[in-house]
Amino acid sequence: MKHVLAFIFVIVVGGMIIYALQSNDQFTQYGDNDPRQTTSDAYINRDVRDTNQDVIFGESDDLESAPANTVTAIVADYRSFDTLGEITVLFISSLGVALLLGGVNKKRMALNYTPNFMLRVGSRALFGIILMTGIFIAVHGHLTPGGGFPGGTMIASSVLLLYLADDQFRTKVTGFKLLESFAGMTYVIIGLVGLFIGGYFLENFLPTGTLGNLFSAGIIPIIYVLIGLKVGSEITGIIDNFLTEEAL
Amino acid sequence: MLQYAAIILFMIGLYGLLTQRHVIKIIISLNILEMGLNIFIVSVGYFEGGLAPIFTSTNNTNALAFVDPLPQALVLTAIVIGVGTTALGLALARKIYAEYGTLNLDEMGEE
Amino acid sequence: MINVFEIAVSGLLIVLAFVALNSKSLIKSVMLLSGISMLTVVAFVMLKAPDVAVTEAVIGSGLVTSLFVFTLLSFRKTGEIE
Repeated sequence: MKHVLAFIFVIVVGGMIIYALQSNDQFTQYGDNDPRQTTSDAYINRDVRDTNQDVIFGESDDLESAPANTVTAIVADYRSFDTLGEITVLFISSLGVALLLGGVNKKRMALNYTPNFMLRVGSRALFGIILMTGIFIAVHGHLTPGGGFPGGTMIASSVLLLYLADDQFRTKVTGFKLLESFAGMTYVIIGLVGLFIGGYFLENFLPTGTLGNLFSAGIIPIIYVLIGLKVGSEITGIIDNFLTEEAL
Repeated sequence: MLQYAAIILFMIGLYGLLTQRHVIKIIISLNILEMGLNIFIVSVGYFEGGLAPIFTSTNNTNALAFVDPLPQALVLTAIVIGVGTTALGLALARKIYAEYGTLNLDEMGEE
Repeated sequence: MINVFEIAVSGLLIVLAFVALNSKSLIKSVMLLSGISMLTVVAFVMLKAPDVAVTEAVIGSGLVTSLFVFTLLSFRKTGEIE
């Protein structure tokens, strides 16, 4: 009976969504969207302040927001304050996991298998490669797909590999806590410096350079690397808490 | 086509959330619902023949037809928040198991 | 124009989601969730969102699956549960 009611409810909700999409002048059909009619036009042309500059890869100087990746321009520049809130949410959830699962009398969860020599050595070698890939993706976030969020998660994944390959391994959790606090504090300090120099919180106060160079876009690569470090250390803390159990 | 798939994925997740009685299955339903919503939000900004919103040496001016970058930026952060909520839910599930000895919602509080 | 790949990915997504919710074994559900995540990456690439695709590939298929598996391992150790 309950299943039938749930089924009817779900069908009604889905039907309402599809009906609302079909007969709506404000909401375009799938495949017919035109970003030039919406706010995104200003983001693509980089003229939120009505600068009316041409954006050309490798040539345009001194744009108001200069990462070649438009998604990065939105995440780390136009809506940077929003991103600060998002990584705070992630911090609070990692704090909640630590509160529920962490503690003083905890030991490493035994995985009930002993890794052999090849697995240990191979995972040590792979650890460096995955870590470097994560850092590369975080540093090049303003030029290529990726950025701080996947880069930080890759850093955490490389630590996860070490956890799986060694039965007794535990990271220095205090070090990661320090790294996380440092990254979060630097983010806020950069925002405050922008407030004093430019008049807005998280104002881009460094020269933006040429679109497409590695050293361009002002504070955006710095902020994205800080986001990567913060996300990586938070997720490493979550993994460490999940791989502990009560000491008997 | 992918938009309708996203809506159906959302419906499947909602149905699982309403009918499943196992805590882990409920978290899995929540994940499926979230993936459906993410695909739906990204599909809102898509149009036929659009380019990925990244300037490269071949797609090099702003006069080209790029897809809408704003939904992608919203979804990028939403995915990372999803990991946080999933981890918190799984930690709560472990605490529930330590407290009640079961993960089935119907068997809780009977002993 | 009807794209064959889009239809295939959509159908597989729906079928896998249905099977993941109705599977008896928990570990099978988790693995199917990882598969759904992989198909979501393909969908994001089709929708021209490479940033989101990279993020989902790292998080959905690697990290979330490992968190689920660790949780199931802790249940296996404290008591038998299917």
